[in-house]
Amino acid sequence: MARSEPLLRAEGVTKEFFGVTALSNVDFELAAGEIHALVGENGAGKSTLIKILTGAYRRDRGKITLEGEPVDPADVKDAQKLGIGTVYQEVNLLPNLTVAENLFLGREPKRFGLTSHREANRRSREILSQYGLDIDVTAVLATYSVAVRQIVAIARAVDLSGKVLILDEPTASLDAAEVTRLFAILEGLKARGLGIVFITHFFDQVYRIADRVTILRNGQKVATRPIEGLERLELVSMMLGRELKEQEAHAAEPVDYSRKPVIASFQGIGKRGRIAPFDLTMHAGEVVGVAGLLGSGRTETAELMFGIAQPDEGRISVDGSPVSFSSPREAIRHGFGFCPEDRKLDGIVEDLSVRENVILALQARRGWAKPLSRKEQEEIADRYIAALDIRTSDREKPIKFLSGGNQQKVILARWLATDPRLLILDEPTRGIDVGAHAEIIRLIGELRERGMSLLVISSELEELVAYATRVRVLADRRHTGELEAGAITPDTIMRAIAAGEDETPGDRGGQGRATEIMAEGAA
Amino acid sequence: MTMPATLKRVLPQLIALLVILALNTAIAPGFLDIAYANGRLYGSLIDILNRGAPVALLAIGMTLVIATRGIDLSVGAVMAICGAVAAALITSDHSLPATILMTLGVGILCGLWNGALVAFLGIQPIIATLILMVAGRGIAQLITEGVILTFNVPGLIFVGSGSVFGLPFPVILWVVLGIAATLIFRTTALGLLVEAIGINRRASALAGIGTSALLLAVYAASGLCAAVAGIVAAADIRGADANNAGLWLELDAILAVVVGGNSLMGGRFSIAGSLIGAMIIQSVNTGILLAGFPPEFNLVIKAAIIVVILVVQSPASHTLFAFVKNRPGRTIGAPTPAAKTKEEAAR
Amino acid sequence: MKILKTLAGAVAMAGLMAGSAVAADMTVGFSQIGSESGWRAAETTLTREQAEKRGIDLKFADAQQKQENQIKAIRSFIAQGVDAILLAPVVATGWDQVLEEAKDAEIPVVLLDRQVDSSDDLYLTAVGSDLEHEGEVAGQWLVDNVGDKDCNVVELQGTTGSSPAIKRKAGFEKAIAGHDNIEIVRSQTGDFTRTKGKEVMESFLKAENGGKDICALYAHNDDMAVGAIQAIKEAGLKPGSDILVVSIDAVPDIFLAMAAGEANATVELTPNMAGPAFDALEAYKKDGTMPPKFIQTESKLFTQSDDPKAVYEEKKNQGY
Repeated sequence: MARSEPLLRAEGVTKEFFGVTALSNVDFELAAGEIHALVGENGAGKSTLIKILTGAYRRDRGKITLEGEPVDPADVKDAQKLGIGTVYQEVNLLPNLTVAENLFLGREPKRFGLTSHREANRRSREILSQYGLDIDVTAVLATYSVAVRQIVAIARAVDLSGKVLILDEPTASLDAAEVTRLFAILEGLKARGLGIVFITHFFDQVYRIADRVTILRNGQKVATRPIEGLERLELVSMMLGRELKEQEAHAAEPVDYSRKPVIASFQGIGKRGRIAPFDLTMHAGEVVGVAGLLGSGRTETAELMFGIAQPDEGRISVDGSPVSFSSPREAIRHGFGFCPEDRKLDGIVEDLSVRENVILALQARRGWAKPLSRKEQEEIADRYIAALDIRTSDREKPIKFLSGGNQQKVILARWLATDPRLLILDEPTRGIDVGAHAEIIRLIGELRERGMSLLVISSELEELVAYATRVRVLADRRHTGELEAGAITPDTIMRAIAAGEDETPGDRGGQGRATEIMAEGAA
Repeated sequence: MTMPATLKRVLPQLIALLVILALNTAIAPGFLDIAYANGRLYGSLIDILNRGAPVALLAIGMTLVIATRGIDLSVGAVMAICGAVAAALITSDHSLPATILMTLGVGILCGLWNGALVAFLGIQPIIATLILMVAGRGIAQLITEGVILTFNVPGLIFVGSGSVFGLPFPVILWVVLGIAATLIFRTTALGLLVEAIGINRRASALAGIGTSALLLAVYAASGLCAAVAGIVAAADIRGADANNAGLWLELDAILAVVVGGNSLMGGRFSIAGSLIGAMIIQSVNTGILLAGFPPEFNLVIKAAIIVVILVVQSPASHTLFAFVKNRPGRTIGAPTPAAKTKEEAAR
Repeated sequence: MKILKTLAGAVAMAGLMAGSAVAADMTVGFSQIGSESGWRAAETTLTREQAEKRGIDLKFADAQQKQENQIKAIRSFIAQGVDAILLAPVVATGWDQVLEEAKDAEIPVVLLDRQVDSSDDLYLTAVGSDLEHEGEVAGQWLVDNVGDKDCNVVELQGTTGSSPAIKRKAGFEKAIAGHDNIEIVRSQTGDFTRTKGKEVMESFLKAENGGKDICALYAHNDDMAVGAIQAIKEAGLKPGSDILVVSIDAVPDIFLAMAAGEANATVELTPNMAGPAFDALEAYKKDGTMPPKFIQTESKLFTQSDDPKAVYEEKKNQGY
């Protein structure tokens, strides 16, 4: 970059939460008149970085300069005064106030000491006309579409701050036409010399609007690159943390599925707005890996298979007979199990003991009237504590006091105790320590050898290579390809993902994606 | 569930109860006297057991509902409805068993209504049960046609003021129902499943627990308990008073559950704790009546005593006690983690 | 069902009283609070009966405890051009405007049972009972009955802070003042309900030597007395003889107790507020006689010698 001094510069920014490093020594630069995309998988540190820039979090270490001056925003309001404004995906406006009131909330124009609505309305119309928006500013905000609210939020942020605009997933709930309109506005602001930081999961949008892109992974900066000349494959590899180099092919021999019994078959099941119809046949003794970027439909696939969401088309059969799952209960009755991605929200029952968490699914399947005796419960719990090497001082300890990796093992134990035939694991190794990580991978191999059918969703490509006998590749809420055993390497997976992302159809919006992104915000 | 563990769980409540009883004895010298006459026991202690019956009965159901992280505000109104139904049936010459069975059925129906709103429509429990709380008293008035519907059927009156083995029948009722509920929930897996959905309903559903059916069952149980309480209250005064039966008792029942050491956030529950909680509340009420203070002070005194009990039971004060207890021989700053382990151990 | 009973009663009454019916065709609007208690229901019944008997066309509006409904009802009465309005106000304040409107339309308004805070030239008169006087009548009965004997009284108060509780207590105390042999030893609220009346009486009995030290019970309403009577019986004592029972309101159930010898006396809070109101209205319409601004209804004392069984039969159909 030829410019002498960037508009906003962060150097060596570090943030820890309770001993966990969320952001480690990250540098970031934003030039005036630039749109800078910030990308990364869940937990990469995007939210933490922008929250530090906008004063919502205090950094532990590092320096932030704005136009060459060191700044230290104490809170969001302080950041606004300095010139840094933010628009979150969940628009931070008050839907029950009028458009004008929202624009001038907290800084109402005064006349003789009283709020002058007329003045506020006049100025609101003026401001919004710059964005090509001619609407009744005295109407309540809630009467307008999300796109209009988004623009009002941007207008407010720009009017308040005026130098740096940070947009966190602004397009998540917009349709294609609205996205185009929003981008036109961003181009206009860019021409006015604002620096814009743009967080998104959509590659095509990065390529459409951004000048540069910064990639974060696991709290660290991977690179900042101009978008010109950046290959999609390279961008994907940087996000997923894989160097582009030849890898030895997967060790596993190609499997002859025709000789393995079919456990369950899913024919053309899909759900509008969440996942396009797909076919998948699960055999005994195989591990089907599921790869794809965040929001590509991985979790949605698992939810349809386990009865958490009901497909609006397609057929499911188990052991050759047709079934339909109206709830996980019925899937469990057919010998299915599911370890969810969000362990804390969907997996553990915090206040219950390790023992109770282990036997929960088994007990639920037996029904309330057939309780496992205390002795049986203790035996089962002790067996899995030993088998999975669950580190706990006591089987009666509430699970909330265990580490993430041990909690994950307890959830695994919960399903193993039901002796499932088909086990679905959604990101089984996320956020757990290295030791537990290795054990879980080893365990997946063991279960496969014992004849269990497994579907494992993971963002860790080496992991998939290590245990998958085939890999389903997802992109843009569709199953776009499958890699057979023998052809599975991090490279081939990555290329398959990038290829899938390239053939992008129009509508990228959808509720499923929004909820997934919200879950990221909560994490 | 070994006996000592159960005892340990309700120990703070037992101590609180004993303290209140000791205070009552100090205020009213004859407080502990129990006499036997006309085939039944007399005394203030018996009065506490007897007068506390409606709240104790409600507290059994309320404990279960609260364990699922719910709340049932309608129980007072359901009492009024069921009292009215019982009185209306018995005065229109239905037999006693038919009257009781139909009344219990009405209570269960009320509970199922609440449960359906919570489980299937996903309405927040406080709002879902508020509907019946408001409407219920009106329904009861429709049944009684706005009057106190009196009856004089010995069998029904026996439910309110008869006695068995010298004890008032309502006492037998809440003790038996309390033990039955504890057995049903602790010898089967129901207790565990209810606790699981109270702590994490999503995770429980994903583990295959039929959360909707369980919620329905728990609210129905609460309705059933309210029906029994409603029959007791009506039988006690030999009439169904739609305006006043069970008025504000839902709040006393919730208080009993909380004083009994159960968390409004759901999860772990103890029916025994709630029953002791109900007796604590009634002991306070009776103590106030015996003390002979002007009635203007009643509510203030009651509130003050409850605040003290809740403060003493709060986790914060446990930490403080542990701090004080552990102080000798420890360096400053060290006690906090020690206190915390103590508190964890106590759970 | 109830309406049928009411009608039957009204027709019978009308037949009996036909001679005294005034021919004047008068239309009167009646804005009633609601039917929150048996007494209120009886007031409605008796108002209808009285109107029927006098050939008055009564337009009835139930406000369901809401002042705005009452104001609406009065406005509609004015619009219909009624000859007079009866109003049982749900609250004391906020009536000035609508009473002004009635006055402008020259429609006299008579307040029933409760008072309002408006200037007294906005209404013709108010008919009501004197709560303090009721307490006094009850106290006087006790004074007359115990003579010189020492008598420890326990008192069941109404809802703490309510005006009936305060005034009925004050009236009773006034009556027993100067009679040193009569002393209130315990006084607690029973919230005007049977359940609480019974519970509090149980504690009184325990606190006063199993009830042996109690000579009389004074309850601020009959419902509490009915509950307390059960407590006394369950304690093995005889209400009405071991412990005298005097209360206020004269609801039907207390007459059953009196007939059984379990209650001694009750002071009537008459639900017939309409009778005196119609008397005043008729006189005013006839020759412009201005009634006094407050017409006090009779606080009639009923005892066991007043044939309680018969009174019960008479009252039980009045909608209590």
